Amino acid sequence: MSVIETKALTYTYPSGTKRVLEDVSITIERGEFVVLTGPSGCGKTTLCRCFNGLVPHFYGGKLEGSILITGLNVHEHSIYELARHVGLVFQNPENQLFALSVEKDVAFGLENLGVPRDEIKKRVDWALQTTDIEDLRERAPHELSGGQQQRVAIASVLAMQPNVMVLDEPTSFLDPLGAQRIFEVINELNKNLGITVVLVEHRLDLAARYADHVIIMDEGRVMLDGKPREIFKLEKARLMGIGVPKSTRLYQILEKNGMHLGKVPITSEEATQILKEVLSRD
Amino acid sequence: MIEVKDVSFTYPNGVEALHGVSLKIRDGEFVAIMGQNGAGKTTLVKQFNGLLKPTKGEVVVDGVNTREASVATLAQKVGFVFQNPDHQLFCETVEDEIAFALKNFGFKENTIKKRVTWALNLLDLKQYSKTSPFMLSGGERKRVALASVLAWNPKVIILDEPTIGQDQNQKNRLQQFVNQLVTQGKTVVIVSHDVEFVAECNPKIVLMVEGKILAEGSAKQILTNSYLLTQASIVLPQIAQIFTGLAGLGLPTDVINVHEAKKVLLDFMEVDS
Repeated sequence: MSVIETKALTYTYPSGTKRVLEDVSITIERGEFVVLTGPSGCGKTTLCRCFNGLVPHFYGGKLEGSILITGLNVHEHSIYELARHVGLVFQNPENQLFALSVEKDVAFGLENLGVPRDEIKKRVDWALQTTDIEDLRERAPHELSGGQQQRVAIASVLAMQPNVMVLDEPTSFLDPLGAQRIFEVINELNKNLGITVVLVEHRLDLAARYADHVIIMDEGRVMLDGKPREIFKLEKARLMGIGVPKSTRLYQILEKNGMHLGKVPITSEEATQILKEVLSRD
Repeated sequence: MIEVKDVSFTYPNGVEALHGVSLKIRDGEFVAIMGQNGAGKTTLVKQFNGLLKPTKGEVVVDGVNTREASVATLAQKVGFVFQNPDHQLFCETVEDEIAFALKNFGFKENTIKKRVTWALNLLDLKQYSKTSPFMLSGGERKRVALASVLAWNPKVIILDEPTIGQDQNQKNRLQQFVNQLVTQGKTVVIVSHDVEFVAECNPKIVLMVEGKILAEGSAKQILTNSYLLTQASIVLPQIAQIFTGLAGLGLPTDVINVHEAKKVLLDFMEVDS
């Protein structure tokens, strides 16, 4: 069953004259881990804003075409209703953390929804546990490191038990190991809890391994849509300015120079394995 | 060009960000300072242009002790491009932004004009000369910040996390650009934890952990040493991971970027067949 389905989606911001989304038709199935990428200004952030109704309900502007989120028509449902199904995590966690303690921040959304006290406590405990930040419960979010803050932001969204989590470049301020840990947390939510993940990301060297569906946008349009291996191996992806994983890039270059690997690697482990086979075969 | 002698630095709130750091950066050298979030990278480079002065020890830039010079004097030697361009942009048009520092440094009107035009062309910003910097995208604003620093032709250029929020095309352009600066004899210091970008640029690397320098060396030495990198919260570049995994097949293990990898593999296949 699809959780996100758009057909011929077109959008213009109220202040703009240019279409930021142009004829976007995508389908995201329940339980998928989707990586959404594309050059700066390609419209990916705007598309994410449609998923919980921020576009058009908060930003205004003209949204045309159809968009169903877990079966709900975005044109007809409020941000408040859509937010129960779709959680959004931003690039900079400072923009979404504001309470005096981690616990209060994570509970905030639930209090707003009027969830009973006992239930809030249960869900907050669970969200802190799942993101492995129970020890930070009493700390003030603004005192935490970037990686810890991003976990708090994820826990706050997780506590709402959304069907879909949309994360817009959640690790761009983190060092590589910190980023990898966040991707692992997201991957566990996807694999263990079946939450559908839409991850907007440039750092494909780190993120590609988790994806089972890749969507690449450029100038408001969907240019490529499919399985990571099929998409990243295309010369077109690189020419559009996509930072394809270095392992796949190496495959492309070797292929061009007459060295055929047979299989397309998207992680260094896969590339190592494939190269071992090829090199020992000769 | 820059000499850091046993420098410690404590912020007014009591946080000790640097402990006994010593480092020499030579004229024309290209250096990347790497390390985890909070390792003291930005605190260290802010000592280079006197934005911060050491609590203990001293920093000498182009023969001048930073304690004895104003930030304005040091800024003429050392240009600093911040991580977030919004921290340094404030003028109404891109052109004014680039001219601002030049006016402050007392350049003549026609020199200013020439320099502004040169910087606009260099960073492909000519079409935006009359536009407000705040109308531009994040990547474009970063280019404006860079243009405004390059315009006064400092000997040293510091780029703090230049690749954050940049897509691959922008990163490729940035890499070409940095190489160009190095070729022109500028001393370039980048602060970055973008290990793939650094591996492609191939600079000298200074690795920091908890306010101290953990290791210094060539990109090949440092980026293939997983023992050191793990301590600094950095992952090996993918290509280095692959060649570590291929150890034992008679290939070199210190390969860090795609172009080197291609050459090494194709040579290996040729010798073999």
